[in-house]
Amino acid sequence: MEDLDQFGLDVRDWLEANCPTSQRQPMGPEDQYWGGRRGTFPSEDAKVWFERMRDKGWTVPEWPKQYGGGGLTPQQSKVLKNEMKRIQARTPLYGLGIWMLGPAVLEYGTEKQKQQHIHAILNGETRWAQGYSEPGAGSDLASLQCKAEDMGDHFLVNGTKIWTTAGDKCDWIFCLVRTDPNVKKQEGISFLLIDMDDPGITTTPIALISGESEFCQTFFDNVKVPKENLIGELNKGWSVAKALLVHERKLMAEIGSDSPRHILQPNVAAREYLEFENGKITDARLRDDLVEYDMLMQAVALTHFRTFEEKSNGVRSAAPMVMKYVGTEAEKTKSELLLAIMGSRGMGWEGDGFTPQEIDTTRLWATSKVMTIAGGSSEIQLNLIAQKVLELPQR
Amino acid sequence: MALVLNEEQRLLQDTAKDFLSKYAPIASLRKLRDEHNPIGYDPALWLQMTEMGWASVILPEAYGGLEFGFLGLGVVLEESGRTLTASPLFASAVVGASAVLLGGSEQQKQMLLPQIASGDLTLALALEESHHHRPTHITTTANMQGDDFVLNGNKCFVLDGHSANKLIVVARSSGTESDSVGLTLLLVDRNAKGISCHRTIMADSRNAANITFENVIVPAADILGTVDNGWSILEPVLDRGRVAIAAEMMGCALEAFERTVAYLKEREQFGVQIGSFQALQHRAAHMQSELELCRSVLLQALSTVDDAPEQLPLLASLAKARLNVLVKLVTNEAVQMHGGIGVTDDLEIGFFLKRARVAIQIFGDTGFHKDRYATLCGY
Repeated sequence: MEDLDQFGLDVRDWLEANCPTSQRQPMGPEDQYWGGRRGTFPSEDAKVWFERMRDKGWTVPEWPKQYGGGGLTPQQSKVLKNEMKRIQARTPLYGLGIWMLGPAVLEYGTEKQKQQHIHAILNGETRWAQGYSEPGAGSDLASLQCKAEDMGDHFLVNGTKIWTTAGDKCDWIFCLVRTDPNVKKQEGISFLLIDMDDPGITTTPIALISGESEFCQTFFDNVKVPKENLIGELNKGWSVAKALLVHERKLMAEIGSDSPRHILQPNVAAREYLEFENGKITDARLRDDLVEYDMLMQAVALTHFRTFEEKSNGVRSAAPMVMKYVGTEAEKTKSELLLAIMGSRGMGWEGDGFTPQEIDTTRLWATSKVMTIAGGSSEIQLNLIAQKVLELPQR
Repeated sequence: MALVLNEEQRLLQDTAKDFLSKYAPIASLRKLRDEHNPIGYDPALWLQMTEMGWASVILPEAYGGLEFGFLGLGVVLEESGRTLTASPLFASAVVGASAVLLGGSEQQKQMLLPQIASGDLTLALALEESHHHRPTHITTTANMQGDDFVLNGNKCFVLDGHSANKLIVVARSSGTESDSVGLTLLLVDRNAKGISCHRTIMADSRNAANITFENVIVPAADILGTVDNGWSILEPVLDRGRVAIAAEMMGCALEAFERTVAYLKEREQFGVQIGSFQALQHRAAHMQSELELCRSVLLQALSTVDDAPEQLPLLASLAKARLNVLVKLVTNEAVQMHGGIGVTDDLEIGFFLKRARVAIQIFGDTGFHKDRYATLCGY
């Protein structure tokens, strides 16, 4: 415990000396650094901050030292995170490599794979995309058709992957591919790593209702992939993917707990867009909707906090299983509420008839519809709660 | 702040669960109801509960208490919500004891708290005057006459009012009808001259009364706190009561939910267990999610009582509002998912439905607490 206290003091000193002032402020998406061959730093300070953290191994503080990680214990890592939070230090590096692929390689990968990929993720050299869903395999993911044929010294990959986040900016993609079409669908799937610069790969952005195109579709046309890029055993990719989905859902659920700088909060919007009388919102219906939302968000935040405390105390509960569902549904509620509060000013799309914040709000409302579909739709989440928590009979 | 229970609290929870399921199952409440029991609870059972220290959980050691705090109290109340156990636990050991603890003089505390802890004394709070919770809307008067107060007025929905030994009466000593200033809390024997008490039979088969005060003389020494400043005691007492009843409601919701999920696995129609139907699975999974949210809110509210009382108004309203909504949802779904037998008196599910609705009315319904929360948030 004393050691931990000393560690905390050291961390505090180090952060004080090394974290540039500009990197100690709430951030928006444009302030994030995602690494990769095509990655650019949002600012010179962001670069300095990233490099200092990278050199400490603290882009992912808990990963083993031998692969370039910080080698911190969970307790130390918590101390570091708390110290960073205390001064509002920004996360120096984002990426699916950190959140999803890294944990999979560390758990299922060979020594060679760890050497090859973990360093590159930590150092921000590779940005990873996820290749799971296909046009014909969404909620029923296991029915995926993108195939990898065994050609002796390599796999030959043909098919397509969809909803690959920022696929056009990524260097590598981790894919679920069909390696045996003749067995039960979950049993013929493998987990394969593919370099997106390989010949035969094309990636196209998909325009969404929000006007953004953060998701892509990737096509594989006779792509040769070395056999050493298989993670885990052949035809055992489904269990690797299942382990990773947990990470993804946790991530999706946590998005609701972030409050980045420029996102309008409903209670703030109310002050600007609603009439007050004697300190009260005069529109009783909107006031009721607002308080309902504020209470919901406080309940969600407390539940995040509880899952964290339970984890550090080794207590198991059903709370983590419901967070994706409640967190993303709450985000949708928030967006609808903002629009209701802002009236027609919450419907601006572009141009100078609306403030940039108003246009952001409208577009975020459209984006919020993604949240309850991606990473396992709300309906899939409810299925999972019914199966795993309530143990209701399956048909 | 703690959002997980410690070893001591888990132990207390196990003890409470064992004891209540053995000695105070819902069959006991049914029996009290069917035999028209005049007290509405079993005094011998209450004595056992006090012997186990349940009436002393929140009291300081100096007054014979266990000093386990509200998280400890919460687990006992939650278990009593599962079994719908009728007892003075809420009215006397939580609300009454909190009023004495927060408002009483040292002498009053020394005298009353050990008696509450041992079960020798039971208290009831005479507050409501209309069919909606409006805690500052008080027209019962307490006028000075020499060294005494004279009480006049009518109270309703006084929980345990017909069985308690003493009443804590919220009366107006000055100010106008809905002022929070000008309220005084008076401690009076329920059998004092001028008090008439009429027990009201409610849907939950628990205990409440309408009470009339007609020129009841109360010595000035028997007020709790100071004249006209009763609100400064009453508000935190009500908030503690709100959090406590929320804990009971959590138990009520959990038990009704668990019984319903068990039924979904047992009942067969169309040749399969009805729990295999997605329409029912999704409704059950949604309830599980709401239960998880409420669990966090409740734990935070319970620990706020002891650790951060300045935040209690916000957390108490959050907890009461969310639990009101939860327990209504869950008990309605419980009846619906049980189908035909769900509406029979034979099945115990109906007891949860009825208790839930009365509990919702205690110390503020959902609308009351949403309005209060919004006001506290500044809109």
